[in-house]
Amino acid sequence: MNLSDRLRAERDPIRQYAIDYGLDFFEVIFEEVDFDQMNEIASYGGFPTRYPHWRFGMQYEEMSKGYAYGLHKIYEMVINNDPSYAYLLKSNQVVDQKIVMAHVYGHSDFFKNNMWFSKTNRKMMDDMANHGMRVRRYMDRHGVETVEDFIDACLSIDNLIDPHAPFIRRQGSTAEQPPSDHERETEHEITRLKSSDYMDRYINPPEFLQSQRESAVKKQEAEQHFPVEPQRDIMQFLLDYAPLSRWQRDVLGILREEAYYFAPQGQTKIMNEGWASYWHSKIMTTKALEPDELIDYADHHSGTLGSSPGSLNPYKLGIELFKDIEDRWNKGKFGPDYDRCDDIAEKKTWDKNLGLGREKIFEVRRIYNDVSFIDTYLTPEFCVDHKMFTYEFDPHTRQYYIDERKFDMVKQKLLFQLTNFGQPFIDVTDGNYLNRGELYLAHQHEGADMRIDYAKAVLVNVERIWQRPANLETVVDGQKKLFSYDGKEHNEKNLA
Amino acid sequence: MINKIDKDQTRFRKIVRGKIREDLKKYISHGEMIARKGRNIVSIPMPQIEIPHFKYDHRQTGGVGQGEGDQGTPIGSEDGDGGPGEAGDAPGQHILEVDITLEELAKILGEELELPNIEPRGTKNIQAERDKYSSIRRSGPESLRHFKRTYRAALRRQITAGLYDPKRPMVLPIREDRRYRSWRTIAKPQSNAVIIYMMDVSGSMGGEQKEIVRIEAFWIDTWLRSQYKNLTTRYIVHDAAAHEVDEETFFKIRESGGTRISSAYSLCKKIIDAKFDPTEWNIYPFHFSDGDNWGSDDTERCVKILGEDLFPIVNMFCYGQVRSAYGSGKFIKDLQEHFEDEEALTTSEIESKDGIMDSIKTFLGKGK
Repeated sequence: MNLSDRLRAERDPIRQYAIDYGLDFFEVIFEEVDFDQMNEIASYGGFPTRYPHWRFGMQYEEMSKGYAYGLHKIYEMVINNDPSYAYLLKSNQVVDQKIVMAHVYGHSDFFKNNMWFSKTNRKMMDDMANHGMRVRRYMDRHGVETVEDFIDACLSIDNLIDPHAPFIRRQGSTAEQPPSDHERETEHEITRLKSSDYMDRYINPPEFLQSQRESAVKKQEAEQHFPVEPQRDIMQFLLDYAPLSRWQRDVLGILREEAYYFAPQGQTKIMNEGWASYWHSKIMTTKALEPDELIDYADHHSGTLGSSPGSLNPYKLGIELFKDIEDRWNKGKFGPDYDRCDDIAEKKTWDKNLGLGREKIFEVRRIYNDVSFIDTYLTPEFCVDHKMFTYEFDPHTRQYYIDERKFDMVKQKLLFQLTNFGQPFIDVTDGNYLNRGELYLAHQHEGADMRIDYAKAVLVNVERIWQRPANLETVVDGQKKLFSYDGKEHNEKNLA
Repeated sequence: MINKIDKDQTRFRKIVRGKIREDLKKYISHGEMIARKGRNIVSIPMPQIEIPHFKYDHRQTGGVGQGEGDQGTPIGSEDGDGGPGEAGDAPGQHILEVDITLEELAKILGEELELPNIEPRGTKNIQAERDKYSSIRRSGPESLRHFKRTYRAALRRQITAGLYDPKRPMVLPIREDRRYRSWRTIAKPQSNAVIIYMMDVSGSMGGEQKEIVRIEAFWIDTWLRSQYKNLTTRYIVHDAAAHEVDEETFFKIRESGGTRISSAYSLCKKIIDAKFDPTEWNIYPFHFSDGDNWGSDDTERCVKILGEDLFPIVNMFCYGQVRSAYGSGKFIKDLQEHFEDEEALTTSEIESKDGIMDSIKTFLGKGK
């Protein structure tokens, strides 16, 4: 349902304030929905039409229950699309709706201007609906369960993409072909210098020719390696080389496309929410708030930004960092002079009256993602002010406990949590392992082990798609291991 | 907006039902997992059905949080309500509470254990009459005219009379063609059933034994409830003497002392005589004990009551003997000796919680 007159009257000024502040958003279409519709839309990730799948039903059931028991309530939902679609919960108070609208304009501005979103499909609303139609057609033809099972398998690897891939230009878009036998057997011609017979030994020394020949063989072997370079976009690799039927290929492609569409939202969670919260707070407190709405506003705002002890609220972290950046650039608290200053008192009252803050945060929202955002703008002062700490797990008490509050550690942990969505880096390094067409995945171990039970379950799904044994190289307790699944049973062995 | 979520929800429910079926044995032996929720609904906890991904072991990665606290302050446990930060990475944290109706649960139970439907004893059915508009007549009020059937009758008449011209397919119903919806009276058998649970609460029956009885009673209830519209339950506890109690007391009471099973059987007989006329009721006495009766005199008396008073009037008499460290477990052998070919008696020995499923199958597998 479209916006009621009353809310339209609220929306128009908020939209104008947002424009006046320099926000540059896609047009936003607001729809008012009741809680049940809201739960439904939220289960589908904000899209009214998607492919059928049981997990949407599960999410819906969880959400409905959560709502019924008063555990949580979804206030806003906005999707990255041109125009952006946003949903308002009908039963909310007007002040809530105003906050949400201001918040949504912030999100839409972020979608439109942040470079990590620049490659996303802005007509995803339509494409999602098309995906749904295609999947439904396959279900009609091949049976719901067959298709759904395959979707389950694909979803299990939908984090095995390369979020940076859209920004990399690769030569030639055609997929490389596995080397044919013919290619394998070609002779390695070594160029000889021209010489008369008696000089040949000196001009083309045999030892040199030999080493040339060897390095040529090596080079060729490397070229014959398949894939030539480890490939992070495993979904694409499977799409290119797995022996799938046409509908399976299409389904895998659909899920890969959706994974890429959603990836930037995972990459910019802190920034995106921080930015939207910054703007709802700015617009509400300076412009849109009526005096009698103040308490409700404060209540809602603190509810959004509150954090339960111990956890990290992306809304809170984001908005505070943006505010901190704005303040620092307004006062000139950056650059070599500031960094070199040792006097804490002076640093505290440092104010060069530059007034560059607003400009700076607009720049930040354009070119950063969470990882670079934290890397660049998290300061020791901020860490102390916001009482940040790292935590570890104690296997004896089976509890998480506060480990330390050192800035370097906090930053390192936080970056680790955010890098690659906090998931392990996994590449496909060999598509013809043991020359038996087995798939070989390698985990780049960076200090933390993987959950082996999950890894094994994923291998089962990879094997289903690849249709040949799947292997995973990883490290468990310092020991390099190879886990394999051949379609019947799991194996594991230690690697040197 | 069209409600597409319904389909996905139905699919999800189906998957859940499949999971319950897979793990039925676990749910049966751990009756405490199933929580009663209102009259007809139970909620079953199950680990969240998850799509696996390659991911870190959160216990190794740790993370970053915000707030007060010194070094070493605990901030969350592995299986508490969400660890810090990324809540729910540890195993078994996401517990899904699935609501399921008792009927559905009974259906799953029935299908898994291959339980036959019970045929209520013929004469004991109360006939209830109900009118259903499922019939057709040639006369009736115009408001009930069945257009399709009228048209069909007209078409048939015209074809047989050679009046139908496929080139000009015109069908004209006349008075005789008219058909009207009409009712049919359906006699609906309605059967009543009563379960009379008897439990030995003498000193030798411990907590574990009672737990087994409780779980087994839950499943028997669930199944019989799906078979009879009208199910009543009565509870008797006995040691040396028998008392009728309510459900709560039945499962909680702690007694001690000796065992005289005949006391329970005669009380059972008394209750049936007073309230449950065997011509109207399907009667199911269930007796649970550790089989340690006091002296052979009493056993003689039991056999007499069973053979003369109870077997002729009940659908089935079930005796479940729970293994106990103290009991001699002789009673079940006595019963089997005396009533070798007795149709009405079913006995089952339950060694532990894992035996509950087989025992239920024994009791309910006869379809009586």
